[in-house]
Amino acid sequence: MQKMMEKRALELLADGTVSRVLGWSAGEFPYDMTPAVFETAEELQDGFVYNDFCGANLSKYLIKESRKEGKILVFLKPCDTYSFNQLLAEHRIIRDNIYVIGIECYGKADVEKLKAMGLEGITGIYMKDGEYTVETVYGSQTVKAYEAMAERCLACKSKKHVVYDELIGEDGEVVTDCNRFDMVEQLEAMTPEQRFAFWRGELSRCIRCNACRNVCPACSCEQCVFDNPNSGVAQKAAVNSFEENMFHIIRAFHVAGRCTDCGECSRVCPQNIPLHLLNRKFIKDMNAFYGEYQAGEDPDKKPPLGTYTLGDREA
Amino acid sequence: MQVTEYKPKIVAFCCNWCSYAGADGAGSARLSYPEEVKIIRVPCSCRVNPMFILRAFQRGADGVIIAGCHPGDCHYTSGNYFTRRRMALLFSMLDYLGIERERTRVEWISAAEGAKFSKTMTEFCATVAALGENKRLEDLRCKK
Amino acid sequence: MKKLSLAKLNDLFAAIAQREALYLPVDNGTGKAEYTKWQEGTVYSTALNTGRSAKDFFFPQTENLMEFKMEGKRIDVIDTREECEDFVIFGVRACDAASFDILDRVYLTDPVDTYYKNRRQHGTVVTMACGRPAETCFCGTFGIDAADPKGDVTCWTVEDGYVLRANTEKGEALLAAVDGLLTDTDDKAVQAAQEKTRAILAKLPLAALSTEGVGQGLTKELFDRPEWASLSEACLGCGTCTFVCPTCQCYDIRDFDTGHGIQRFRCWDSCMYSDFTKMAHGNPRVSQLERFRQRFMHKLVYFPDNNDGLFGCVGCGRCLARCPISMNIVKVMKTLAKGGNK
Repeated sequence: MQKMMEKRALELLADGTVSRVLGWSAGEFPYDMTPAVFETAEELQDGFVYNDFCGANLSKYLIKESRKEGKILVFLKPCDTYSFNQLLAEHRIIRDNIYVIGIECYGKADVEKLKAMGLEGITGIYMKDGEYTVETVYGSQTVKAYEAMAERCLACKSKKHVVYDELIGEDGEVVTDCNRFDMVEQLEAMTPEQRFAFWRGELSRCIRCNACRNVCPACSCEQCVFDNPNSGVAQKAAVNSFEENMFHIIRAFHVAGRCTDCGECSRVCPQNIPLHLLNRKFIKDMNAFYGEYQAGEDPDKKPPLGTYTLGDREA
Repeated sequence: MQVTEYKPKIVAFCCNWCSYAGADGAGSARLSYPEEVKIIRVPCSCRVNPMFILRAFQRGADGVIIAGCHPGDCHYTSGNYFTRRRMALLFSMLDYLGIERERTRVEWISAAEGAKFSKTMTEFCATVAALGENKRLEDLRCKK
Repeated sequence: MKKLSLAKLNDLFAAIAQREALYLPVDNGTGKAEYTKWQEGTVYSTALNTGRSAKDFFFPQTENLMEFKMEGKRIDVIDTREECEDFVIFGVRACDAASFDILDRVYLTDPVDTYYKNRRQHGTVVTMACGRPAETCFCGTFGIDAADPKGDVTCWTVEDGYVLRANTEKGEALLAAVDGLLTDTDDKAVQAAQEKTRAILAKLPLAALSTEGVGQGLTKELFDRPEWASLSEACLGCGTCTFVCPTCQCYDIRDFDTGHGIQRFRCWDSCMYSDFTKMAHGNPRVSQLERFRQRFMHKLVYFPDNNDGLFGCVGCGRCLARCPISMNIVKVMKTLAKGGNK
């Protein structure tokens, strides 16, 4: 896959279709790839990497990158294409300056899962026949790929690319039985006391690093209300339980109807807070109250909070 | 020791055109409503940002009610339809976080419905009083 | 040196907790360990490092400094400081223990931060030598020995128990108080454990990382390096690296209007944020490149400049594991070292 992507990127660079390539660059370890822009063939050949640990959603970088001179090539996984479409609908990215290559995806791996299995001192990870051979300074171990798959990928909602200029690999289908609302339903079935205890346990770990907000493709405000000293709610720390709740409720609400459920918020949370469960609650409610809606699927469709019907249910 | 009866603090966001006038109507008709209700006048119920509601709780409210024109009667044509969607979602989210659903409410009260205003506020106060103090969405710093 | 048998670890915790509050790493249910107050039944986690660093004990994320009450034209300033009780932190790793030296340089030099000093005086640090360092570890780069950590008491896990060594008066006092559980021992077992750890340390992927190309007096050489652009390109501007960092020490002071007074508190700040060091005229660092550069220049150049060459990083590896886009100080150091010294 990496070879095909690199080859195509080199071709498009060479024939002048694009002037830059947005992808991933190699890290110190087999799993810590950083999103990067490559401008020359040498840079690509030197540093371009694509593997199961390239989980980052690159679409948000296009807000900045598509405003620069020249066309940029971007590699998008199926879930990333939803974010791309949503940004497009919100006029945040300039389509003409972007060349999208959709890449097939069978789920990304989460190194945290490997580490949770006690694999410390990882020096190499090799994929073969649905298995990872993980080499560490303490010996090597083989792990089934699905055991290391990121949580969000286990409940993948779609393997279909909703936008692309060309594809590498196969295009998939929307996954109808992804069961992504299972945990939301479990929580709904609890008593309010249990739910309250659950969320206090989770949100009390928040360190207000803003990683969830800053990585979120839907969080594209020029200045967040929580960063604006004139708003009266600017916070730099989760001082108490109220502010923890406030930040996460307001953030989830602000992206309601625009969140594509890409799962980046939970992926980046350094405190492992399942933030996607807040967004999924809104998605589930909107589906139930106002009809099925998938943000990013169809940029021409009205978002649930941007429209109404006379017969809507009462609050 | 004197035991004082617990009185909840209620914040009522009232739309300028209907519900605020409804409160006036209640007064003109010499109908009473609980003194615990503090009215904040807003141009339209859809002016109420979810943040306003959370901030009211932070500052010591035990219940928050939003009152606007009846659907179809919005003086800006469609504001209250948006309110209805937003609040349906927000209240459901508060419930999901385990925060008592009964502390928040939306009610449509027209300028002519002084009696409904009085009745709604009395009822809402009783509901919130039964729940007791807001503990789950409180900010201890703001308590005396 | 003193020896504690394997079975008596819990007794040691109980004995310490009887005297003062005891905090130690405990699995928090998300696969990570966090410092938690010990009580009967608490299980000590041998995880390499806690999710949050140990600096929280001396420099908490938020703390109230004072309160103001206004009445007419009168303003009362109220000292809200609470009496700090003695406490013990058990299981601190070498890197975190070294971070206290860095924080001390900032907060215990004139003008002394009395809030910090107070907690520092009341805290006793028991370190645990590392047995299973991870790939993200690079404390050795900064001259820290994971097999021989500092702290008031150093503890080693050996085959049939634990060996403890007091390094300070505070440490002596702690060990003296629990002397009934301990027996005398020599340092043979410790040396064996150290050898084992050092052999692993040498095999780690970052074992060869050096501070060459960064350090004291290199502001001019490094400040305008073109590599900052590509290094900072993907940075999200979140504060994860700063907040998990044991040595990041910047804070902001804010006032909160409680409705019946003003609470003045300080909280961690991050140089990665757009409003960091914001002044009346605006922000001196307008782009993420400048903010990003500030963080690494501070740790790798400015801090050593002001502190006899001491680096502002202890190589705990938290930022390596936690950065959402996997950009970190190791990548910065390697990149700067590559094209440097021109």
